[in-house]
Amino acid sequence: MTSPRTLAEKVWDDHLVAKGENGNPDLIYIDLHLVHEVTSPQAFDGLRLANRPVRRLDLTIATEDHNTPTINIDKQIADETSRIQIETLRKNAAEFGVRIHSLGDIEQGIVHVVGPQLGLTMPGITVVCGDSHTSTHGAFGAMAFGIGTSEVEHVLATQTLPLKPFKTMAINVEGTLRSGVTAKDIILAVIAKIGTNGGQGYVLEYRGSAIRALSMEGRMTICNMSIEAGARAGMVAPDQTTYDYLQGRPHAPQGTDWETAVAYWNTLATDEGATFDAEVFLDANDLEPFVTWGTNPGQGVSLSDVVPSPGDFSDAGERAAAERALEYMDLTPGTPLKEVPVDAVFMGSCTNSRIEDLRQFASIVRGRKKAEGVRVMVVPGSARVRLEAEAEGLDKIFEEFGAEWRFAGCSMCLGMNPDQLSPGERCASTSNRNFEGRQGKGGRTHLVSPLVAAATAVRGTLSSPSDLEGGN
Amino acid sequence: MDKFTRVTGIVVPLRRNAVDTDQIIPAVFLKRVTKTGFDDALFANWRNDPEFVLNQPEFKGAKVLIAGSDFGTGSSREHAVWALRDYGFEAVLSPKFADIFRGNSGKQGLLTGVISEADCEKLWNAVEANPGIEITVDLPSQTATVGDLSVSFDIDEYTKWRLLEGLDDIALTLRDEQAITDFEAKRPAWLPQTIPARQS
Repeated sequence: MTSPRTLAEKVWDDHLVAKGENGNPDLIYIDLHLVHEVTSPQAFDGLRLANRPVRRLDLTIATEDHNTPTINIDKQIADETSRIQIETLRKNAAEFGVRIHSLGDIEQGIVHVVGPQLGLTMPGITVVCGDSHTSTHGAFGAMAFGIGTSEVEHVLATQTLPLKPFKTMAINVEGTLRSGVTAKDIILAVIAKIGTNGGQGYVLEYRGSAIRALSMEGRMTICNMSIEAGARAGMVAPDQTTYDYLQGRPHAPQGTDWETAVAYWNTLATDEGATFDAEVFLDANDLEPFVTWGTNPGQGVSLSDVVPSPGDFSDAGERAAAERALEYMDLTPGTPLKEVPVDAVFMGSCTNSRIEDLRQFASIVRGRKKAEGVRVMVVPGSARVRLEAEAEGLDKIFEEFGAEWRFAGCSMCLGMNPDQLSPGERCASTSNRNFEGRQGKGGRTHLVSPLVAAATAVRGTLSSPSDLEGGN
Repeated sequence: MDKFTRVTGIVVPLRRNAVDTDQIIPAVFLKRVTKTGFDDALFANWRNDPEFVLNQPEFKGAKVLIAGSDFGTGSSREHAVWALRDYGFEAVLSPKFADIFRGNSGKQGLLTGVISEADCEKLWNAVEANPGIEITVDLPSQTATVGDLSVSFDIDEYTKWRLLEGLDDIALTLRDEQAITDFEAKRPAWLPQTIPARQS
C-alpha cells in the first residue's frame, strides 16, 4: 500500500529511470522534447563535437517561433541574427533527422501552441523545451518545464535529465468567475499574491472548482505563467475537459489505445489525503479583471484600483522595486488605472493566442472601431489557429476594427523579430512578462487578459468590457 | 570530453580581481550559434589594448591562466568556458572562483584550481620574472609547478573524478544507459510519437 501521492509525485515516480543516491539527482525520462531556434544551436553543435546522435527522434519535434516575422513571411528575414538562428535550426533538423515545422508550414507556430494542437501533449507525460514557458503543457496533467541549452543537449543525447525532486504547492481556486473575468486574471492574481519567487522550488498544482470549470485554453494560460511565480512547472489534473480536447487530435491515442490511456490518466489525480508542502487559497467569486502596473508580473492589481504608492509596501525591497517600476512605467500613484492611456495593444503570445483567446477578443471588438492612434496587433499562436480564425471570419472582424492581422509567432511578447514597441510606448499586452524593455527598448507593458486588451483597444485607456457603451 | 591528467604549457599571469563573465566574453558574442570559434571573443574588450597581457608575444599559445580572486562572477553564460577552452586554456588557477562558472568549467573539461592568495602572488612573480616560462598543472597530486616553485591547489573530489575520467554530463548519464534502455522497453505504445507525422 503506497501512501497518498500528489499528481506531480505520480508523474515523477512513473518516469524514474534511476533513483539518485547520496543526495545525487534522480534520472528522469523525458517523453516529449520540443525544440525551437533560439536555445538549440549549441546543443546540436555539442552533439556534433562529441559525435553523438539524437537518441529518440520519435520523441523530438522542432518549430520556428521566436524570430519569425509575422508579415511578409515569404521574404528573406532581414535581421541577420534571426535569419542565422532559423537557418541553423533547419540545417540541424535536416542533419540529425528531427521533424521540423518551418515558417510557412501549416503546423508552424509557437512551440507551446503546436504541441497541444497536434495532440502530442498528453496527461501524465514529461515535456521539456528550451523555453521557460514550457510549463504551459502542465494544463494536461503533464509535468512540463523549461531547460537550458546544456540540458537540451543532454535530452537530445539521452532522453533523460538528472533532476532533484521538486516540492509541491497546491493553488486552490474555489468559486465562480464573474462575467468578464478569465483565466488570465486568476493567474495574475495568484502571482500578485505569492510573488515572483513564491513558487521557487515547487511544482504548482492548480485545483478547485474555478479551475475545473476552465477550458483547456484557460488552463494553459494559467500553467503558462507558473514560471512568473518562480515555479518551473504548474499542473492541472486531467479530467473530461482534457479528454474532450485531446480526442481525435493527430497524435492522440486511438481505438483501444485511447481506452487504455484514459484508464491510466484517471489514476493521476492527487489522492485523497495526499499532502502538499505548501497551500494557497484564492476566492474566484471576488476576482475582478486584473492588470499589472509595474515591471514584474507580481506587480498587479484589480483594474478598478488606482496605481499604488511605494509607501503602500511595508517591505523595503518591494518599496524600492515599486519606486523604480513606477518611474520606468511613468505612472503617478493614485491614478485610476482606467485613466491610463495606451499606444498599443498586443493580442498574442504563448499565454493567450489560441482560438478561444481570439474568439474572446473578437467578441468585444466585433462591430466596433479601435480608438484613434492606438496600434492594435493580433498574432495567432500557430498557422492552424490563423486558419481556424479565418474560417470563422475573425480576421474580418479584426480588420474592420482596425487591427493588424498577422502570421503566427512569439512576436511582440519579446520582440526578437521586428514587432517591437518604440521607447516610451505603452502597451496593453496579453503576454506574460512586463519586464523593462521586454517588448522593445523603453517600452512599457501592462499584462492583461484578451477581454481587457480588447476593451482597452476600443477605449484607448485600460478598460474592462463592462466599461464599454452598450456593454459586451 | 578528454581525460585530464596533467597539462604542461605557457602560463599567463592575469593580475586582476573580480573578472566577471562579461569581461571574459562580452554579450555581443552570445548571438553565435556554435559552441566553438569563440577564441577571438575571449577578453575581447581588453585585447583592444596592446599592453594587455595576452597581447604579449611571450604568452602566445598559453595553456594555463593565473587570475586574481573572484574569477568568473556575473552572468551564468557557458560561453565564458567555451571562450577560454577555444583560446587554448586547459586550466585556470585563482584564489576564488564564482560558483556557477566553476560548475560550468568542471562540466566542460576546464580545470579550475583554487590556490592561496600568497601562492597566487608567488606564481605571478615567478612568471613575470621569466615571461613565457612553462607551468605543469598535475591533477592527481593537485600541484602546480613553475621552475623551482611548487604550490598545491584545491578542487572538489567529484569534479576531480569527472576530469580524470573525462566525463561530461552526458557521458555521466550514459553510464546508466542500460537503465534507460530498460525503462524504454516498458513504455506503453500509446505515448506520444512525433514520427511518423500525422496531420490534422
